[in-house]
Amino acid sequence: MSDDKTNTSELSRRGFMKVGAAALTAASMPMFFTKDAWAAKEFRNNPGNAGTVKFGFNVPQSGAYADEGADELRAYKLAVKHINGEGDGGMLNTMKPLSLKGNGILGKKLEYVTGDTQTKSDAARASAKRMIEKDGVVMITGGSSSGVAVAVQGLCQEMGVIFMAGLTHSNDTTGKDKRRYGFRHFFNAYMSGAALGPVLKQEMGTERKAYHLTADYTWGWTQEESIKNTTEALGWKTTAAVRTPVGAGDFSQYITPVLNSGADVLILNHYGKDMINSLTQAVQFGLRDKQVNGKNFEIVVPLFSRLMAQGAGENIKGILGTTNWNWALQDEGSKAFVKSFGQEYGFPPSMAAHTCYVQALLYANAVEQAGSFYPPEVIKTLEGFKFDGTGNGPTEYRAEDHQCFKDVLVVRGNQNPTSQFDLLNVEQIVPRSQVEYDAKIFGGELGPYEV
Amino acid sequence: MDAILLQILNGLDKGGAYALIALGLTLVFGTLGVVNFAHGALFMLGAFCAVTVQKILTLSLKVKDESITFFDAYKEQPYLELWFGDFGTKIIDWSVPISIVIAIPIMLLIGLAMERGLIRHFYKRPHADQILVTFGLAIVMQEIIKSFFGANPIPTPAPEIVAGSAPIGVLLGLGESVVYPWWRLIYLLFSGVVIFAVFAFLQFTTFGMVVRAGMHDRETVGLLGINVERRFTIVFGIAAVVAGLAGVMYVPILPPDYHMGMDFLVLSFVVVVVGGMGSLGGAVAAGFLLGILQSFASMNEIKDIIPGIDQIIIYLVAVVIILVRPRGLMGRKGVMED
Repeated sequence: MSDDKTNTSELSRRGFMKVGAAALTAASMPMFFTKDAWAAKEFRNNPGNAGTVKFGFNVPQSGAYADEGADELRAYKLAVKHINGEGDGGMLNTMKPLSLKGNGILGKKLEYVTGDTQTKSDAARASAKRMIEKDGVVMITGGSSSGVAVAVQGLCQEMGVIFMAGLTHSNDTTGKDKRRYGFRHFFNAYMSGAALGPVLKQEMGTERKAYHLTADYTWGWTQEESIKNTTEALGWKTTAAVRTPVGAGDFSQYITPVLNSGADVLILNHYGKDMINSLTQAVQFGLRDKQVNGKNFEIVVPLFSRLMAQGAGENIKGILGTTNWNWALQDEGSKAFVKSFGQEYGFPPSMAAHTCYVQALLYANAVEQAGSFYPPEVIKTLEGFKFDGTGNGPTEYRAEDHQCFKDVLVVRGNQNPTSQFDLLNVEQIVPRSQVEYDAKIFGGELGPYEV
Repeated sequence: MDAILLQILNGLDKGGAYALIALGLTLVFGTLGVVNFAHGALFMLGAFCAVTVQKILTLSLKVKDESITFFDAYKEQPYLELWFGDFGTKIIDWSVPISIVIAIPIMLLIGLAMERGLIRHFYKRPHADQILVTFGLAIVMQEIIKSFFGANPIPTPAPEIVAGSAPIGVLLGLGESVVYPWWRLIYLLFSGVVIFAVFAFLQFTTFGMVVRAGMHDRETVGLLGINVERRFTIVFGIAAVVAGLAGVMYVPILPPDYHMGMDFLVLSFVVVVVGGMGSLGGAVAAGFLLGILQSFASMNEIKDIIPGIDQIIIYLVAVVIILVRPRGLMGRKGVMED
């Protein structure tokens, strides 16, 4: 009897182990081999079996950056067309590796809704929240301000929806304020400094005194810090770094002290309308005709775009700065995008349009590659993703901080434009290796995958 | 010493702009009793008169850049330069001063149309209604401008001869480093002339006398058989012209965009309140006072002691003045106190 019992007991245990192992394997198989298997896992705005999926384009449609926002929206609409297999395909013809098939995303037709950030953090959060809660978007993207990007990124982390940032240049976006659900393709202030440094040294030497006028918010602060670090490493001295209110309009009260400060370089950490105004006024105060310390007085604008150059007119000619991308680049990705955009709208895209277009493609491609809209899987696919053919040379979405690393352009306001769009001269394409840094220097925590 | 002189000049030229805008605002309030939130939009429309004139003068022959095939890129050569050579270039260069002449009748017409078409229907309505309707009107006007000209600022430079800086340091024996932009000095002079002209018009003409009498006691002047309403309509037109001229002259300093009126609106209301509602002298005095204070508060030496003072000084002073003198610097009893 006892033998029998023993035998029964042994068989039973073995049987249990076998059945258990088989059951576990069977249970986990679909998760690895079945397309869209993660759809079974519930998450916010899961498109499930629906035939369509929505993106939320959160761009400034009013306020000072409305023109830039309009250009971002144009680029997004173009990206939607290309992802859905309409038009000439744009960068889908050049991007490598590419999982998208030109039939939407995972076979679902891509649609979109739009929101107006007004370039205000609270308005941007409200419109993003509305698109997530009421319109059911799977991804939020866009914006023309770091303040907005940081605010919307925080919201997206809380709500478990991926945010593909538009134009944001503050180190904080992928530094101390980085989030697991936030990704930035655009370059940042550190990279501007690293790219500009050698050019400043070559053009202005190592014995200079710099005076900073800085927009008083996250982007201005980090750009000032990055440019100061770069110029002081060259041997320059910083005479003063003065914070100016955003949207001050008349900056003359901040420019008059520059005249007698002993500085021989003015660095304008201003963007958009502020930069156009402060540069125009600095030129009126005769700073570009001035000689200080036996040297020609110089003005540097570390970040500027073609749209800003248009607003600054004659004053931007000859001024050095950096930019993320320019329509005149001759690589295959840039040419494909400029062709699509130019034929669709009749003029070239801005750098904001470029970064937004690429962000939309990158998210869509990551979903296609992951085989799921489940955000943690999409995030894991984007983290460390290496790609090329999108206009900035070989690029990588660094996993540690969700910052794209790629080449940076040093530009100069064109002295002799050949057309109304030929406002920037690309002076140098600075290789990615020169602008890379350790992710730890800016701190911050990405946060969890599951929220 | 150099720094103080520069900040005084800076404060005066800022104050000139504030005073010009606030002058029209308080003139309308003092005569018609209307709180006109569209006044900033009139400043913006003036600026866009200059932009329009510049665009007309720079109508160009477009030569297509054949190397670009995806869209149309052109090299532009203004017709005026093609037809008249250097003289054409000079005309384009002087587009802002030319705009002044054109802006006067245009702004007068806009002012009259605004008053007759909309504002007069709100004379007897509460101030809240007036604020709402004029604010709405301002938004409509700026959106119209945005749809035509876009949101990006448009460079509208001063004539070449006054585009640089005046060597005031050399003139005053203070050294070469003390310079100040010619156009800002011209703006200061211009605002002084316009303010003087408005005061002289009100003080030394029969029309002005009737307007002043109407400001004090509208009913009595009406009972004397004088059509006060018609005169007040003209006053509204004059206020629009003053705001428009302030805008035209400001474009070389601040490349205009559709939102510039709103940027100035809050500030000019603070100026009016500090000066005293309906007081012309108060508006001018407050304009210059706040301009100078703002300028000095932005000096690094002051900011080192009180960080951020440059961003709040105007509002801080407004709070103190209203606490000490609730009717503002030169406010009259009974105005907006019903």
